Amino acid sequence: MEGRPALTQPRKCCPDMIGIIGSTPMVELKHLSPKESVRVFAKLEFYNPTGSVKDRIAKAMIEQAEADGAIEPGQTILEPTSGNTGISLGMICRLKGYPLEVVMPENVTEERTKLLHMYGAEITYSEGSKGSNGAVELALEMAGKDPKYYMPYQYGNQANPDAHYNGTAPEIIDELGTDIAAFVAGLGTGGTLMGNGRRLKENNPGTQIVAAEPLQGEDVQGLRSLEDGFIPPIIDISLLDRKILVSNRDGIVWTQKLFFEEGIFAGVSSGAIASVAARIAGELDEGNVVFLVADDGWKYLSTDLWIKSVDELENVDSTVWW
Amino acid sequence: MAKVKIPPVLRPSVSGMSEVEVEGSSVGDVLHALAEQHPETKEQLFSAEGDLNKYVNVYVNDEDVRVQDGLETGVAAGDTVVILPAMAGGSSSPA
Repeated sequence: MEGRPALTQPRKCCPDMIGIIGSTPMVELKHLSPKESVRVFAKLEFYNPTGSVKDRIAKAMIEQAEADGAIEPGQTILEPTSGNTGISLGMICRLKGYPLEVVMPENVTEERTKLLHMYGAEITYSEGSKGSNGAVELALEMAGKDPKYYMPYQYGNQANPDAHYNGTAPEIIDELGTDIAAFVAGLGTGGTLMGNGRRLKENNPGTQIVAAEPLQGEDVQGLRSLEDGFIPPIIDISLLDRKILVSNRDGIVWTQKLFFEEGIFAGVSSGAIASVAARIAGELDEGNVVFLVADDGWKYLSTDLWIKSVDELENVDSTVWW
Repeated sequence: MAKVKIPPVLRPSVSGMSEVEVEGSSVGDVLHALAEQHPETKEQLFSAEGDLNKYVNVYVNDEDVRVQDGLETGVAAGDTVVILPAMAGGSSSPA
């Protein structure tokens, strides 16, 4: 800048927090791998700036919309989320000057609400008994009625899987080459599994792509009929080799194991995903299994899940954990 | 006999039960047996062409049959068949 003395440019410093998204570390699970000939690795996505994998897709969706000329600063962004995508958008939209509104089920943990408010997001709550389906339905309705909104819509936005195809998967391949027997991630929008799955299959067609799917508690299955069901448009189920249901209880037990046995302070979906990774590892004779740790444990601290047994915890089945 | 777990959205069609035991050696057999015992479930489970309805997910011992052999997926005595509506996941953790 004119009049300012020339300073030494740092070699790796990012211009802002958005610039440090991605390039997350991977760590081996020495204690939870069921056999010596199979190595289990966790890709730690909580190293992203807001503590979750969703920073990658929020950045990709906003930058894609900017590149397409669909948004400019001042435009209101609207998104249905059960928390992490909203928080990622909160940070990015604040830095870039976009007002943010999120639609979220009323029964998520309180940390998510607080963080969203801190980033200046406005929250509209959807009916808790409808889980994430309710948030999607309400956000689509709001966006349809009011042209002031731009909705990235993570469930249907190709920038979501592309963020993984171009980011997460090449990072994993950089670590392990073609020697990846299985990749395990959680099934939410489908973006993580589709983007990583496509790239990892191109890298090695023998890599198994495994989805860990939340068994939503009955209290959040409040559909009036099956026609209220929802399949995210970006999901191509033919890319999956396995799709395994995990209960909230198993997710919580494994979240505790990750913390106490491996020192990984992760959220409940990561526990669920780790349980599936261990199951797949147990079925293999040898090879590397990579699973994705989607977020850290801070946003669940109020639930006491690391200091109580799963039987002592409240609202295990009525909370939207992921 | 396989144990079939019924989601809340289908319970009005099976006299309110949350679990039903039926015979069958494949997912198709089991679901057809269920539909025979409880006819109101038939059009909710199957499309007019006889396929599994789009918004119905079926799991045998926690694994989705759509990524296995669909209605041909084998069911052994004592297996648990779970029927669930397709739901939006969230966030990968919350989110």
